[in-house]
Amino acid sequence: MYVHDVVMAGRPQPDAASCALLQGLRGEGAERDQALAELRDLLLKAARFEVRRRASAMPHLRGGDGEDLAQQSADDALMAILAKLDEFRGESRFTTWAYKFALLEAAVKLRRRAWQGREVPLKAEHWSQMAGRDFGPDLEAESGELMEAIQHAIDQDLTPHQREVLVALTLNGVPIDVLADRLATTRGALYKTLHDARRKLRKALAQQGLPIDTT
Amino acid sequence: MDDQRTDTTIKRILGPAGHEILCDECFDKLDTYVELELRGEAADERVPGMRAHLEGCPACHEEYESLRDLVDRPT
Repeated sequence: MYVHDVVMAGRPQPDAASCALLQGLRGEGAERDQALAELRDLLLKAARFEVRRRASAMPHLRGGDGEDLAQQSADDALMAILAKLDEFRGESRFTTWAYKFALLEAAVKLRRRAWQGREVPLKAEHWSQMAGRDFGPDLEAESGELMEAIQHAIDQDLTPHQREVLVALTLNGVPIDVLADRLATTRGALYKTLHDARRKLRKALAQQGLPIDTT
Repeated sequence: MDDQRTDTTIKRILGPAGHEILCDECFDKLDTYVELELRGEAADERVPGMRAHLEGCPACHEEYESLRDLVDRPT
């Protein structure tokens, strides 16, 4: 059952289960050991949840691979949480805060597994090849004009790094964590690059008076 | 390439318009956002820029959906 937090002074107060678990984690000896085991169980539950969600789209995830991945995700999430325990602000239930670490670890590992052994297309030529296609007679002239303008802006307005990141993430379907590994950077840094590239493209298109979504 | 596919491609390339938080802030506030949403409160007002980021970042969107569904399911 979903337990609603008690809202006092506009800010939810931690529920009883969160308080008890947090107290245990900040304690010592057997009390802390018990809290750690309880937290590890919660993280494993979340990691298994994520593995089950994605497993049907990953036929190559064989036998015990999924369980191994869930166990590893729970371990890594536990380490991350213990390192950041003081950052928990009580703005959600502690379990919700903790779950997101396990889901992140599992999701990242699953994306990496899905791309294991696959070529990561980084070259902007992929975009040129795609955009250079004949879009066909059914394509609305407006869309065709916009696509051509986007291609031009990608070629002319973006830095080589911005072009590489934008093409890989938005056109070649490379997961951001996989690309981050390949380029030895972080998801956050890559998304910032993508964000800046998108802003440049929108600005270039707006300057040409082209109809772009502004909502 | 038909119009619908072209529109999807254009949206994917251009991403969301307007204010958008980035991945680190998204992860930081995801638990708060999900709980606000599940309580029927004004999540988008309380965490401005989150919805736009979830539209622009497939990885964060996947993790948002997972957290929402995990927290919302009966135990």
